Amino acid sequence: MKDLSELNVNILKLLKEDARRSPSLIATMLGVEEEEVRASITEMEEDHVIVKYATILNWSKVNDEKVTALIEVQITPERGRGFEGIAERIYLFPQVKSVYLMSGAYDLLVEVEGKNLREVASFVSDKLSPIEAVLSTKTHFILKKYKQEGIIYEDREDDQRLVVSP
Amino acid sequence: MIKEEDKQATLRSMGNYINPLVRDIPPSGIRKFFDMANASKDIITLGVGEPDFCTPWHVREACVYSLERGRTKYTSNAGMPELREAIAEYLHDSFQITYNPADELLVTVGGSEAIDLALRTLVSPGDEILIPEPCYISYSPIVSIGGGVAVGIETSAENQFKLTAESLKAKLTPNSKVLILCYPSNPTGGIMTYEDWLPIAKVVEEHDLIVISDEIYAELTYDQKHVSFASVPGMKDRTIVVSGFSKAFAMTGWRMGYACGHKEIIAAMLKIHQYTVMCAPIMGQVAALEALKNGHEEKAHMVESYNQRRRLVVKGFREIGLDCHEPQGAFYAFPSIQSTGLTSEQFAHRLLFEAKVAAVPGDVFGLGGEGYIRCSYATSVAQLNEALDRMGRFLDKMKQEM
Repeated sequence: MKDLSELNVNILKLLKEDARRSPSLIATMLGVEEEEVRASITEMEEDHVIVKYATILNWSKVNDEKVTALIEVQITPERGRGFEGIAERIYLFPQVKSVYLMSGAYDLLVEVEGKNLREVASFVSDKLSPIEAVLSTKTHFILKKYKQEGIIYEDREDDQRLVVSP
Repeated sequence: MIKEEDKQATLRSMGNYINPLVRDIPPSGIRKFFDMANASKDIITLGVGEPDFCTPWHVREACVYSLERGRTKYTSNAGMPELREAIAEYLHDSFQITYNPADELLVTVGGSEAIDLALRTLVSPGDEILIPEPCYISYSPIVSIGGGVAVGIETSAENQFKLTAESLKAKLTPNSKVLILCYPSNPTGGIMTYEDWLPIAKVVEEHDLIVISDEIYAELTYDQKHVSFASVPGMKDRTIVVSGFSKAFAMTGWRMGYACGHKEIIAAMLKIHQYTVMCAPIMGQVAALEALKNGHEEKAHMVESYNQRRRLVVKGFREIGLDCHEPQGAFYAFPSIQSTGLTSEQFAHRLLFEAKVAAVPGDVFGLGGEGYIRCSYATSVAQLNEALDRMGRFLDKMKQEM
């Protein structure tokens, strides 16, 4: 792990707000040369500091029957590898959207997405629980998402300012 | 029963009841433009004189919590003691100016009330009040109501809209009494450095002037820190510093401001304040205290964001062919539209109706404003880019007409 330069941090902040900002716009906003910004972005992409440019979606706006669950998983760590091997066996399933190693009462928090409740349930009973190291699971279905990655899904704080003011 | 024509006659003569000093104040040019812009559809507005951020949630939440706990009463006239202490500490830490929160500091209903109190306290009929222009539009009407005479001092883009000692001296008369300073400047974005202040301070001292320094944009400077006029040696007792929470902490609607100065002057201002508003609303005071205690990180984030947008619009205006001096403070750019051959008002009018972009014509801000428009960049990057595109196309179209 290395420290990011101030420029890189500032570039990341602007991209985090809007990944579609061009190097030229970012360069103008930060008061630096476009070439510098391009080089920094390329470097961060190569180092996988920037992993991907994805879109944050509000699936509840469209007719979509997907269900998402957060599953608390307790596991026995493997000798020599700790949690890494089990985590990998879990996160390689495409229906697994995120996996976190947690402190506290359980070990992994696994986010699973499926077409319906039954699909998620069968993932847990057929794939997740049978893994030898998995001691127990606890499944929580998500009912509604309000905010993700710092972005509020339905922001009600729209611009209410007067059109012209002194 | 009153006959209809008697009623008409009464109405016609209502103006006679109005104090001539109030009656004769010309209507605000900004108001006229607001009515026009407000009636237009699909416009992008660069006319807004307030932050585009909502007040940080922790500040709003602190106020809600205080309401739940029933904090709904008057506070002491000068403001809650803990808020006054926090303001004094903040001014000391940020701008190296030291005031005793007990008697040199007064919490007001917005910076606007502080300006009104200061002028009412200082101006007697016939006094001349020196005002570098272009500037914020409220000073000279309030001066007039007090029977004073507003004397504009023109500043120009060649000097980055700074006040110079020569231009100040040129307007001095035996009646000169008060100098109003508004730096960082609304509408030009101009600032004054310590070196810029020194010769001004010398003139102020020599001619025994008193200064109202409106430092509401103090937190919004970009390449260097704001220098308070009161921090210049010898100026503290001659200066009433006026500021507030609106711009720095995105709290315009809360109407929270303050004034600091010599205790005799603050005591006089407090007299008017207690008879007119009693005290600033307690909800706003609670919120302001929270902003000072825990709001500096979000403030820094907002300032950085304005700075990014400042660079964007200045470059954008220059690219579409408008001369634009580099604003160093506030959130306004003040590009010149002289190359179009139009007056500010004509330009702003056509820009609004033909390009659907609202910007305030510079002439409403007084001397030196003609030939410029005020563009606030406190709006989203996407809107700014769209506004620049529209303005670019509008200017191209005008060139073809010429």
